[in-house]
Amino acid sequence: MTVTVDSGSRKPLGLPNAAGTSGWRLPILGALAIALVAGPLFLSSYWVGLLTQVVILAILAMSLDVLLGYTGLPSLGHAAFFGVAAYAVAVLSTAYRVDFWLCVLAALFAGTALAAIFGLIVSHVRDVYFLMITLALGMVLWGLSYRWIPVTGGDNGISGIPNLLAHAGMPWTGPVAFYYVSLTVLLVCAGLMALLVRSPFGLSLRGIRENEHRMRSLGFNTWLHCYLSYVIAAAFASVAGVLWAYYNGFVSPTYLDLTASSELFLMVTLGGPATLVGPVLGAGIIVLLKNVISAYTARWLLILGIVYIVAILAAPKGLWNLGKSRT
Amino acid sequence: MKHIRLTLALFALIFATVALRGQTPAGPIKIGFIVPLSGPFAQNGRDILNGFLLLLDEVGYRVGGRQIQLIVEDDEAIPAVTLTKARKLVESDRVHLLAGTLLASSGYALAPYVDAQQIPTVYPVVSSDDLTQRRRSKWIVRTGWTSSQPNHAFGEYAYRTLGYRTVATIALDYAFGWESVGGFQRTFEAEGGRIVQRMWTPVSVHDFAPYLAQISRDVDAVYALFLGRTALQFMRQYAEYGLKGRVPLIGSGTTTDEHVLPFMGDEALGVVTSLQYSAALDTPDNRRFTAAYRRRYNKLASYYAESMYTGGKWVLAAMEALGGRVEDRTKLLEALRAAQPTGLPRGLVTLDEYGSPVQSIYIRRVERVNGELQNTVIATVPRVSQFWKYNPADYLRQPLYSRRFVPTS
Amino acid sequence: MTYLLTQTLNGLFSAALLFLIASGLTLAFGVMKIVNIAHGSFYMLGVYVAYSVFLRTQSLLWGAVVAIVVVGTIGFVMQRYFLRRFAADPLAQMMMTMGFALLFRDAALMVWGGDPFTLQYPGWLSGSMETGDVVFPLYRLFVIVVAALVGVALWLVNEKTLVGARLRAAVDDPEMASATGINVARLSGLVFAAGAGLAAFGGVMGGPILGGYAGIDFDLLPLAFVVVIVGGMGSLKGALVGSIVVGMIDNFGKALVPELSYFTLFAPMVLVLAFKPTGLYGRA
Repeated sequence: MTVTVDSGSRKPLGLPNAAGTSGWRLPILGALAIALVAGPLFLSSYWVGLLTQVVILAILAMSLDVLLGYTGLPSLGHAAFFGVAAYAVAVLSTAYRVDFWLCVLAALFAGTALAAIFGLIVSHVRDVYFLMITLALGMVLWGLSYRWIPVTGGDNGISGIPNLLAHAGMPWTGPVAFYYVSLTVLLVCAGLMALLVRSPFGLSLRGIRENEHRMRSLGFNTWLHCYLSYVIAAAFASVAGVLWAYYNGFVSPTYLDLTASSELFLMVTLGGPATLVGPVLGAGIIVLLKNVISAYTARWLLILGIVYIVAILAAPKGLWNLGKSRT
Repeated sequence: MKHIRLTLALFALIFATVALRGQTPAGPIKIGFIVPLSGPFAQNGRDILNGFLLLLDEVGYRVGGRQIQLIVEDDEAIPAVTLTKARKLVESDRVHLLAGTLLASSGYALAPYVDAQQIPTVYPVVSSDDLTQRRRSKWIVRTGWTSSQPNHAFGEYAYRTLGYRTVATIALDYAFGWESVGGFQRTFEAEGGRIVQRMWTPVSVHDFAPYLAQISRDVDAVYALFLGRTALQFMRQYAEYGLKGRVPLIGSGTTTDEHVLPFMGDEALGVVTSLQYSAALDTPDNRRFTAAYRRRYNKLASYYAESMYTGGKWVLAAMEALGGRVEDRTKLLEALRAAQPTGLPRGLVTLDEYGSPVQSIYIRRVERVNGELQNTVIATVPRVSQFWKYNPADYLRQPLYSRRFVPTS
Repeated sequence: MTYLLTQTLNGLFSAALLFLIASGLTLAFGVMKIVNIAHGSFYMLGVYVAYSVFLRTQSLLWGAVVAIVVVGTIGFVMQRYFLRRFAADPLAQMMMTMGFALLFRDAALMVWGGDPFTLQYPGWLSGSMETGDVVFPLYRLFVIVVAALVGVALWLVNEKTLVGARLRAAVDDPEMASATGINVARLSGLVFAAGAGLAAFGGVMGGPILGGYAGIDFDLLPLAFVVVIVGGMGSLKGALVGSIVVGMIDNFGKALVPELSYFTLFAPMVLVLAFKPTGLYGRA
């Protein structure tokens, strides 16, 4: 009895897959790669900044893809782990003047440990109930960031996070250097996540997404799989959170609110869930759309909503999944 | 001989051209402006922008002989977006000056960037006390107010003139609320008054019933700090629960500010508040401003609109003093700090050495005049600084007003 | 005692508004498995439309009627021509509603501007009921009564009419219902429209107290979700009980432990989801 494997997982080299899909993906992937790798050498610091945002949010979006796309668990509270890690960096680097690697490790630990705890009560629910419970937990964490003023600074947030390159003792300075650091992190995370979704564990996740009952009857501990998927997704989200805190130099409750989680959700579903590349694309599209359109009109939110509706009508499974047949 | 004269003439011409080019740089003066234009704060952001646009229209978008180009960006009231837009304005559009932001969080988030880029920045509305106190930035000039500024004056007024001795406070539970109540409490209690109850409502509140039921009815007055829709809802519900006739209502200016006053009804009559502005201020400058604003935007000018009209005048005065030569950021900053604009709707304003305005605080009472509600000015407290009557060094030694802490004295 | 009575009455008022909002949401989920992110937008559009009508007619009643019709129609169009295409893909439907929510939000800003406002309630309802020490606004009592009547009407339709029977059949088993000749597609459209209309009606009812303002759509949405989760998706009875539970907890929570106001709302939701995800009256 075979478990159907989604043909959407791209090999990093962009080799055509066997599912007979059209070859338009390869050139786009190539263009994307060139833009990401070489772009910052020619662009102004503002555009380098925007690309950095895309890269960091791409890590976050990919992490949600592991949970949403591959395991089929829709989370509307995923930004919470991103935010928790960011806050950990903020608190440790400003109030306690902790050095770089300890900050990073502590932040990753915070996000992952929180997911390990939350995972215990969410891993048995599915579909809309999973959506609701993650939404509620996200709101609880947001409330915490807002109310726990002595630690989080409340509504004002925490600013004064040191520059990452300086804090880490790296010899380079400037936005371009920061960009390449983020890009390296993106490539490492993407590689790890790609390995994960291709591994037997990853394949079981997809099996759970397709038909959980069958997986259970085959003897898989689906609860444990879902739990681990949730925790792993949170771990990668924490990585993004660390970078985001350093990028902005401050943290604010807006990192964890419902709007943030919804935007993140949009990135994954617009780009194409269960592809890893799709979410990267989604992150890019949304960041660029917001920033480019808002320079021309104040009605950018309306345009974003329309673009979104049209995109779903035309590509309900996301842009990167266009033209793919799935059984 | 002929050649020498020709050569000299040529040199003179080239020299003159180069020198003159250095004197009057080509291209417009670029001002970057960031406010929320979408989301829950869109209207406030738009009001601030409209105040500025009114002014720029009046001067024909010119200052010091140069054209002004205003570049407006929407920050959605999210600090990360404020920073992104600031980067665009400073690094891509190469503006000479930044202005705007609405929320305290945006103001704090932007400050380190402004410092790092050394770009002169004007905050017309952000009122977080600390931005010109313990966490002040050299590059930020505040032309609006600090949250505690009008409340320091009001605490004294409430005790001495209104004769209140006990007050219960209810305010939004974030820094703006704490600093406003803190300012009021400090001076009110220094006079001998007593704040018997301090209530805080979540910022997202819309039903005040649980709180109104708990307010002590034995106090001389209730002090309320709200803004926007919460002010509207609170005012309505205060009357609903029978408190309107029983306990006088006072508060900080935003509770009855003109951005919500037109939407209130009789329940707002008689409420006394304090702020550095009132649309009903009866001076020629203000009458001119409110009339022009009403003609153009068909609504009453609020403190949001006035804030960037005044802030704009500040910017223009500085640029005029430099003769339009705004390329040198240090000089522009100095000019901003030294500017003495006239014709401000709110009256005379000077800047203290921390970059915060010293101005008159108006005590207003809501009245209905010609069928419309207005904040009639019933008293003026002149030359109020952000430190009230305290010595700045002593003031700064105390921590910032917080939810729990208010210095006694 | 006064305090207790006032808070209880107020809890009931919150429950009344929550019921009007949540009943539509729970029906939409029950019949179509749609998580409608734009449901708060229906509330918002309801109060905004009523405001425009009110400015011209000074009548809250007309405002309510027009709001229900307009928003109901919007809901019907949204479901019939956009959501219906993805009937088999609840996630796509949800994402579509998210897109619409953004659209409605900015469209409302464009049309009405962002100034906040409250509706005026009719003269005969202004003022408060004062018995002894207890002061309670008449209008809030009115809302409680109206919501109760709406609840009874919905129950009657659901239990005693043919439409209701068809609805229950479609909730239980859409395939079988279709097989017995029930036009599930049209029923779905009507249910979604009715849910939208109910939310709009809730907006008008809440108008004099909460008013309308930019951002009210997303402020109320989590509340509606909490009610539906606690009560159980697809169950009207659940919406009723859920709204009372949530209304009470929220009010007493805010009064007794104001520091934890966000938590008092979401804690019951998390607890229910952790231990009985289908809620009090929902089906697995």
